[in-house]
Amino acid sequence: MNLFASAIAWILDPAHWTNGPDISAHLLEHLAVSGLCVLIAVVIALPIGIAIGHTGAGRGAAILVSNVARALPTLGLLSILILLLGIGLLPITIVLVILAIPPMLAGAYAGVESVDRQTVDAARAMGMTEWQIIARVELPLALPLLIGGLRATALQVIATLGLASAFAFGGLGIYLINGLTQFDFTQLLAGAILITALALLVDGLLAVVQRFVVPRGVAHGRSDPNTPPKRTPARRRRALQEGMQS
Amino acid sequence: MIEFRDVSKTYPDGTHAVRDFSLQIPARQITVLVGSSGSGKTTLMRMINRMVDPSSGSIEIDGQDISQVEPVKLRRGIGYVMQNSGLLPHRKVVDNIATVPRLTGVPKEQARTRALELMDTVGLDRALADRYPSQLSGGQQQRVGVARGLAVDPNILLMDEPFSAVDPIVRDELQQEVLRLQSELAKTIVFVSHDIDEAFLLGDQVVVLAQGGQIVQQGTPEQILANPANDFVATFIGADRGKRRLSVSPATSRGDDRVLVDAGGYPVGVISAPEGRLAVADAGPKSRSVSNKTDQAGDA
Repeated sequence: MNLFASAIAWILDPAHWTNGPDISAHLLEHLAVSGLCVLIAVVIALPIGIAIGHTGAGRGAAILVSNVARALPTLGLLSILILLLGIGLLPITIVLVILAIPPMLAGAYAGVESVDRQTVDAARAMGMTEWQIIARVELPLALPLLIGGLRATALQVIATLGLASAFAFGGLGIYLINGLTQFDFTQLLAGAILITALALLVDGLLAVVQRFVVPRGVAHGRSDPNTPPKRTPARRRRALQEGMQS
Repeated sequence: MIEFRDVSKTYPDGTHAVRDFSLQIPARQITVLVGSSGSGKTTLMRMINRMVDPSSGSIEIDGQDISQVEPVKLRRGIGYVMQNSGLLPHRKVVDNIATVPRLTGVPKEQARTRALELMDTVGLDRALADRYPSQLSGGQQQRVGVARGLAVDPNILLMDEPFSAVDPIVRDELQQEVLRLQSELAKTIVFVSHDIDEAFLLGDQVVVLAQGGQIVQQGTPEQILANPANDFVATFIGADRGKRRLSVSPATSRGDDRVLVDAGGYPVGVISAPEGRLAVADAGPKSRSVSNKTDQAGDA
């Protein structure tokens, strides 16, 4: 049996799903901590990103901070924080939030920025307040790019959280650490597969959400004008009406 | 009535968009601000709903200084139609039209009923109510834009080159539609255009602007056509008009008939003038010079 097959068998082994801190417990722990970190990142980055996209100010500063945050070596930072704050959830959360903010911020401001300025101008000229412009015009239209930022964020956090298991944290990374220290490569690979599968699953779910939130009118506009629409009777009727209109 | 008093607009970089501009815009008429780009016409119009605040001077609507009115409140009472319709792409036609009434708290059903009525008013089929802007033609989108501008039944309607992005045939239709609407609704319409033909067609009052919001001439289309204030206005209205000015060509006229040619020298018709004279008031030196040119072209 090759290594990959044995790793799959290891994952499917009922014994690893029932006894004590089993796969399901580590999976839930992994999901919960990832979710917490993503949530904190959203709470911090979303308002800032929206403000930048709406006003057009502070974009340079945001890119600078994002690049610095991206350049920080996660493992190094985590080690320092563990030394400073001791072992626990706090240093892990801080590091992952720092990692999660740049893609979320980029998604938020890119999304809001991408909304046609003429549309925003018209909304303002009609008498919408700035909050109404954000809530009723910019956010709905920015949502696909915003969820895109959320996807990138979630993917990175879930994948990187495995590192934290090196510092007495459970999660799915525990199998990586155990596998490495015990030279149990089957367990190591099983852990890697589990983390990858979880990351891809969450990413896939968010991809579905992303498609779902594309505003209907905008989706229509995106369809390729060169491909003729299917000639259903309803469409033909509409085309006729259109011809009569102007 | 809208009144501009010594209004100036200077941007932080030092450019003067508008300098010492004063104008009275009469109520219930169409006033067209016409000028080439850089004339500040759009800036002036956007001052009326405080999308732009003047650097100095004041603007009054019916005697009230609008700098004392909160911009959002002011804008909700003024219709605004812009060049590329500016419709919200994620909302259906009917919801776009009902946007401002909904903001001001009109119940949903009532706003929808009103929006459907407005679709009739601007000549849109109600069947389009549940479509999205991207599913409409450019002309239909502009009609929706006009309907939206009328949704709160404003006294003032601002129209910023609303028909410059649609094709000439649809533009003609929409211009006629504006005239028809105005004869029914009698709004105070401020219309910005760079097209002098459009200005003369629509305007009760036409204001010709040069760089920096300088008024070169204002008056009815007839006044401006009859007496261009200076060379600038003459060029501005002539550049387009010349193409269409008709004259009588002696070279091709035979007997008592007179052949009418356009500025390019192409015959467009024959006038029978038994007395050898044309009873046309505008047979002045200008049209004669055009016919001379035609002569030379004919000789060469």
